[in-house]
Amino acid sequence: MPVKRAEKTPMPVRAPQVRAHDFGEVNEGYTVSQAAFEAERCLRCQDPVCVDGCPVNVPIPEFIHAVATGDMAAAAKLLRSSNPLPAICGRVCPQESQCEAECSMTLRFNPVAIGHLERYVADWERTQPPSVEANITRAEKIAVIGAGPSGLVCAGELARHGYPVTIYEALHAPGGVLRYGIPEFRLPKAILDWEIGLLKAMGVEIVCNVIIGKTLTLDDLFNKMGYAAVFIGTGAGLPQFLGISGENLNGVMSANEFLTRINLMRGYEFPEADTPVRVGKRVAVIGAGNTAMDAVRTSLRMGAEEAMIVYRRSDREMSARMEEYHHAIEEGVKFHWLTNPLEVIDDGTGWVAALKCQQMKLGEPDSSGRARPIPIEGSEFVIPVENVVLAIGTTPNPLLTRTTSGLLTNKKGCLVADERTGLTSKSLVFAGGDAVTGAATVILAAGAGKRAAHAIHDALTARG
Amino acid sequence: MPRIIETRQLTPVTKFFRIDAPLIAASARPGQFVMLRVREGGERIPITIADYDREAGTLSLVVQEVGATTKRVCALEAGDEILDVAGPLGGHIDIPPGGHVCGIGGGFGSAALLCLMREFTARGDRTTAILGARSKDLLILADELRPLSHNVEVCTDDGSAGFKGFVTQRLAQIIDGDAPGRPDHVIAIGPMAMMRAVAETTRGPKVKTLVSMDPLMVDGTGMCGGCRVNVGGKAKFACVDGPCFDAHEVDFDVAMRRNKAYVREEKRALDRLACMTNREAR
Ligand SMILES: Cc1cc2nc3c(=O)[nH]c(=O)nc-3n(C[C@H](O)[C@H](O)[C@H](O)COP(=O)(O)OP(=O)(O)OC[C@H]3O[C@@H](n4cnc5c(N)ncnc54)[C@H](O)[C@@H]3O)c2cc1C
Ligand SMILES: Cc1cc2nc3c(=O)[nH]c(=O)nc-3n(C[C@H](O)[C@H](O)[C@H](O)COP(=O)(O)OP(=O)(O)OC[C@H]3O[C@@H](n4cnc5c(N)ncnc54)[C@H](O)[C@@H]3O)c2cc1C
Ligand code: SF4
Ligand code: SF4
Ligand code: FES
Repeated sequence: MPVKRAEKTPMPVRAPQVRAHDFGEVNEGYTVSQAAFEAERCLRCQDPVCVDGCPVNVPIPEFIHAVATGDMAAAAKLLRSSNPLPAICGRVCPQESQCEAECSMTLRFNPVAIGHLERYVADWERTQPPSVEANITRAEKIAVIGAGPSGLVCAGELARHGYPVTIYEALHAPGGVLRYGIPEFRLPKAILDWEIGLLKAMGVEIVCNVIIGKTLTLDDLFNKMGYAAVFIGTGAGLPQFLGISGENLNGVMSANEFLTRINLMRGYEFPEADTPVRVGKRVAVIGAGNTAMDAVRTSLRMGAEEAMIVYRRSDREMSARMEEYHHAIEEGVKFHWLTNPLEVIDDGTGWVAALKCQQMKLGEPDSSGRARPIPIEGSEFVIPVENVVLAIGTTPNPLLTRTTSGLLTNKKGCLVADERTGLTSKSLVFAGGDAVTGAATVILAAGAGKRAAHAIHDALTARG
Repeated sequence: MPRIIETRQLTPVTKFFRIDAPLIAASARPGQFVMLRVREGGERIPITIADYDREAGTLSLVVQEVGATTKRVCALEAGDEILDVAGPLGGHIDIPPGGHVCGIGGGFGSAALLCLMREFTARGDRTTAILGARSKDLLILADELRPLSHNVEVCTDDGSAGFKGFVTQRLAQIIDGDAPGRPDHVIAIGPMAMMRAVAETTRGPKVKTLVSMDPLMVDGTGMCGGCRVNVGGKAKFACVDGPCFDAHEVDFDVAMRRNKAYVREEKRALDRLACMTNREAR
């Protein structure tokens, strides 16, 4: 066996001082030789533990072996057999806590760059003519609510099984968080559009501007429109606020509002596009998840001179992907760890002038298992900022559940659904993704969509 | 894309539209709104549902030109299509039947009274519409509202039609016992300043009052929180929890300040549109 390189082949990136001022993708992708080299690092383990770390059990050693032997078509096919959104997951999965965390190489060296290779294969796939076609063989129509990753994947799987599927999306464009949340510099919209193009080629119909629970009720889908089953993939898009004083000042917004104005509404093209967004010289983003990291790096790209993260715990409790954290550091983002926002201060005209904070220290683990932050008396200080962006979490939107009887939710407003099938408390109504789990990840949403598609197929087949 | 069936210029800056939107018409209720977008890269703007005809599958909207997007909407004519129309959004107005309902409309707000008066009259409520405008030629929809409500009162600042004075002055008289008598419910829809004045008028005499808040919105589906309004000390999302709230609980100071957040950018968009229109004309 050849000697394996200890280090991961680094992903080529654009220079931080350049990329921090535009929306072009940060990662440039492996070259052919980089990919071949990295693929050679895989040990092709007898017991590939990496696969257990992947929520959808991608056949990792097999697809990487195909890359190593240059059989890209086989690699793409293997990848697609378990992951319906490889170009997206290769870019946004938290690999360091999933597949790569388990990789045997990690015991002594860096793990194999599974995510980078996944991206490489999927990007190759997009240079090939698409090989899908519509093959609708079933009579039962299925409705999917929400065009985020869970809904898109569920629809794709059902179409593959021959069902006519319609996706109803509340906004004017499909994609969910992949469209309005994750920015272009991390996930180019062209990739999302390509995936959506495949679905349409398979005969999936996408109807935008329809809010289920408002335009039509869930029961209408069965009774008036004649759907045989419904999948709910409405996400967890309702932003939370802190409830601190000054939160209603002009210049304070949720990360969802900030990112939606820019990504979905193309605020960076204002005034060519009509939706404005005002980004001041200094921007504070509260939180340290992927959303916070996206918001803080987006503010740099919108012209902020100083962009900072304010988080009440430490970098060890941060939930953002490692890669994004490193990229943020390279781009000059500042980090205030163990810092709790107390109050947003007015500049006298109703706009934000500063953020008053308090220093924290870490105590015993709390109910979430993470160390509980404890305020340090007398440590208050003030950071001058012109914008405060809140990225402190989201919960499921109540639009649908408020208008549907018999659809059970838990205390947090998440839909109650069977873990294996996604079946909700209503017969022939399935659910998955953030609407069930609360804010989670793309791959978990995609996996849930796929499992529900199979459960729908089973339920309808059993019914005859 | 929903097609415009009919348009009517109501005042130099206000236009009536009837559009083909059967799904929305089928589920619309008084007090709700739609989000529309008229071009790629365009803003999503909220517009109140003025009326609906479930059988014909049509919605009526009234749009007042205040900035770039509303100007673009008002340039559309019958036969044109609107790129995106989503709704009905927000909650509908839900008050117990059997009382005397007084709807107050200022500016484009009068439009929202159409379906409101029709539904409440039909279910047996006593209904009064009070319409306000600076002068007679800015008054809209008084004739359309007459067959839909028991009383229609018109107020103009300059006295060119009806009562001379503000809607709130006339409202105070009615609350004091002038015919048609003290209302059980007041619903005010119009400019924020007017809605705040109505809230102050009804606060003392304790008449239950709803106001239809119009904060800046982005998505209109509860996803951004940009539309939050301070109601009874709590942040409420107007697009999901509203748009109608208890007038006596709303913090109008904050709401009015928040609506001015983008004045500078709005002016820039408007200037740019004017500039583009001039270039086209030349
Ligand atoms: C800024 C940001 C960055 C993120 N970064 C990462 C990352 O790097 N890696 C990762 O794995 N995950 C990331 N996530 C999380 C990930 O995006 C979500 O977990 C995932 O998108 C959930 O998918 P979903 O299909 O459940 O819902 P969503 O993507 O939320 O899509 C739901 C869709 O349903 C629509 N909808 C809602 N209600 C209705 C209704 N009543 N009728 C019709 N349509 C409706 C919505 O408009 C939306 O389009 C990030 C999230 C955010 C916000
Ligand atoms: C629930 C709701 C229902 C509405 N119903 C109607 C309606 O039926 N007919 C109608 O003509 N308008 C209605 N509006 C207001 C309408 O949405 C705004 O006028 C529109 O968004 C302005 O867009 P613009 O680009 O033309 O102007 P902009 O350039 O955005 O703004 C121009 C001026 O109008 C003010 N303005 C902007 N947005 C609003 C707003 N949401 N409310 C009040 N003033 C605003 C700005 O402060 C500015 O001074 C409603 C708003 C809400 C929230
Ligand atoms: S889908 Fe995500 S977790 Fe699974 S192998 Fe790919 S990058 Fe790893
Ligand atoms: S655990 Fe690591 S080395 Fe082993 S097969 Fe998986 S990727 Fe390859
Ligand atoms: S407009 Fe975005 S939450 Fe109401």
